[in-house]
Amino acid sequence: MSDTITNLPPKPEFNLQAIAKEMAITFVVGLGLMIPMVLLRANDVNGKLVIERHWQELFFALVLLVVGRLGLILLDKHKALPALIIGVVMAIAGYSIHFPTELLEVFTLAAGVILIIRAVLFLWREYKGITANDRENAKKRREKLLENSTGYISAIVIIIAGLLPFLSDILQLLLPDFLGGDSSFIANMSGRYVVDTAILILTYVLLAWGLNIVVGYAGLLDLGFVAFYAVGSYSFAILARDFNLGFWTALPLAGAFSMLSGLVLGFPVLKLRGDYFAIVTLGFGEIVRLLLLNLYELTGGPDGINGIPRPGIGNIVFSKRAKEEGTQTFTEFFSTNFWEITYSSNHRVIFLYYIVFILCMLVAIFTIRIRQQPLGRAWEALRENEVAAASLGINRTNIKLAAFAISATWGGFAGAFFASRQGFISPESYTFIESAIILAIVVMGGMGNLMGIALAAAILIGLPELFRDLEEYRMATFGFGLVLIMIWRPTGLISFRDPTVLLFGKKKKKADEEKLAEGAGS
Amino acid sequence: MLEFKDVQTFYGSIQALKGISLTVEKGEIVTLIGANGAGKTTLLMTMSGITPASIGTITYKGEDITKMRTDMIVRKGIAHSPEGRRIFSKMTVFENLQMGAMTNDPARFDENLDYVFELFPRLKEREWQLGGTLSGGEQQMLAMGRSLMSNPEFLLLDEPSLGLAPLVIRDIFRAIKQINEEHGVTVLLVEQNANHALKLAHRGYVLVTGNIVLSGTGQELLTNPEVQAAYLEGGH
Ligand SMILES: Nc1ncnc2c1ncn2[C@@H]1O[C@H](COP(=O)(O)OP(=O)(O)OP(=O)(O)O)[C@@H](O)[C@H]1O
Ligand SMILES: [Mg+2]
Repeated sequence: MSDTITNLPPKPEFNLQAIAKEMAITFVVGLGLMIPMVLLRANDVNGKLVIERHWQELFFALVLLVVGRLGLILLDKHKALPALIIGVVMAIAGYSIHFPTELLEVFTLAAGVILIIRAVLFLWREYKGITANDRENAKKRREKLLENSTGYISAIVIIIAGLLPFLSDILQLLLPDFLGGDSSFIANMSGRYVVDTAILILTYVLLAWGLNIVVGYAGLLDLGFVAFYAVGSYSFAILARDFNLGFWTALPLAGAFSMLSGLVLGFPVLKLRGDYFAIVTLGFGEIVRLLLLNLYELTGGPDGINGIPRPGIGNIVFSKRAKEEGTQTFTEFFSTNFWEITYSSNHRVIFLYYIVFILCMLVAIFTIRIRQQPLGRAWEALRENEVAAASLGINRTNIKLAAFAISATWGGFAGAFFASRQGFISPESYTFIESAIILAIVVMGGMGNLMGIALAAAILIGLPELFRDLEEYRMATFGFGLVLIMIWRPTGLISFRDPTVLLFGKKKKKADEEKLAEGAGS
Repeated sequence: MLEFKDVQTFYGSIQALKGISLTVEKGEIVTLIGANGAGKTTLLMTMSGITPASIGTITYKGEDITKMRTDMIVRKGIAHSPEGRRIFSKMTVFENLQMGAMTNDPARFDENLDYVFELFPRLKEREWQLGGTLSGGEQQMLAMGRSLMSNPEFLLLDEPSLGLAPLVIRDIFRAIKQINEEHGVTVLLVEQNANHALKLAHRGYVLVTGNIVLSGTGQELLTNPEVQAAYLEGGH
């Protein structure tokens, strides 16, 4: 352990002048940012825009900023005790004092709590004599543990997701009341709202897994993925409207149309690389949106398409009354064949949930399989080194087109599902911001790791839903989620790559696979 | 076996090869030496179809491959180990080797793997290590091994000794000799390390700004005063 002592970083020097300087900088920068953001705000008063001056808010925000910064500086200088005191004061102030706005109170409280946690952690480490080295090693161990347990984590997540609509029933049955079996938390677990949110999350999982093939595997930065999403939605809606096709016929056809559009859009960008590729795909996304807006006859332009049929199975529909000849409602069907139930709109939601869940599973299985095939490996080779891949005889054109086509197909499925779930689509749902959100999910999830991407989707889509009450700050939670992931896991939630051994060659024995796990981690 | 006839290659408006004519016979090691920027890398890339020639013809075993796609050329038995090694750093050594066998009959994989491991035992020890964590010399062995996985009859090697320690260079050159002698692979070798390369090669060409200015057997070039002055200073 002697080397850990020599590796100890020198204790930072405590220099009042330097601290004062940093605080002054914080003050000036904060003031500069807050004048337009906090002090001067336009407000609509009787139809007229009036600029309001929020001096009080500015003052409080600045004090909060400077004091919070002081706490952080003190922590940096290893002065945990004063930082702890500042944190406690801030937390108490945020909790008890009445600030001009609620947001300021929340911020002060949160900042105080963060300071307290960091200071306490620091003191605890000092007390235990934990060095930076130990922390590094512990981190490595945790990483290894995570790596070895992703299989289990995936299995658990899939089981929970698969049971989600019935989770509260199951838990109510299993858990005795004194363990919370009758709590409202458990009762709400499979509530309509939760399942609705889960459907939204899974739609994004589907989209992100689609984009992942191009971005995560083939390493091409596609900024126009929403185009395929849109093609899927619109071809589904148009097929249903003009050809009266049902969900299960229109869905694969919508996927096929998306695949076609992937090939058509993919072809011209094959020769482009890096930034140029990104910019052109960005353009494609916009072109598709503009086409949707302007092909009025076909797409309804800005009015969109209405009355897209909801999915059913066979002649069973999930509405209150069967309107068409020869169909029956799910309630009727279930009551005659199994046991008596009454109509609930939840049945449809649960059915939708299982459709998207099964779509996700199919896409996951297909993606995992294809990653182990020569095609998947060729994508990765292309991402890592295009010249080397070419020199080994990998046909770049075909490989990239395949990536585009498959990724577009997944996007198309998601689009078709989305259209069918909403019953109404318009070009507004297919703006650049969608591409950006999907890309953020892929990157934050750890580029190429399906589980990581699914978790990122849950965080980035779920958080804003969870904080729905925050209204206009709802999207801020999306940003907050991004920042959190970036700080906590800068290379994505789960970013290691599973080596794929069984491409061809010897059937590797178990011992070899263990060795592989060791080698990959080092 | 291989013939370049007045081959010219352009990067946009920049002409990198200005009319190259050369031949390589079956079983030979032919080396190509020249200063930085002379066009050696371009010549190999042109041959393997990565930056195809605009003018001239390349014939391989009597067949015109000038405009052929790289994957087809690889299937003809020509393997290219590109400059700067360019291994797949996030893949394991084993996976890297698999990538080399993409165009090959899967049934021959095991046999080729054994061949590469016999040639470079150090790769065998590091089968599960990530490519990016190998040392420079090991990476070069991997790059060569990877191109051998396609059972080439003709091997293009671009500066295999780049940035390696003398001892490792010796291993690499020994391996080249072994590949050539024991397995009958014809080699076109690009080298800055002219001294070593000319001693190993049967014949050599000297490339200056896209033109071939000199050719001869390895021994002739080694003793040629111009070559000695330009490429062998301090190389002994
Ligand atoms: N992608 C490219 N675009 C434009 N010009 C290029 C490109 N690649 C090479 N060149 C130019 O072509 C010429 C020949 O380059 P090449 O890489 O073939 O030289 P080289 O003989 O391999 O040099 P070195 O010994 O340094 O590897 C150089 O002038 C180089 O600048
Ligand atoms: Mg070169």
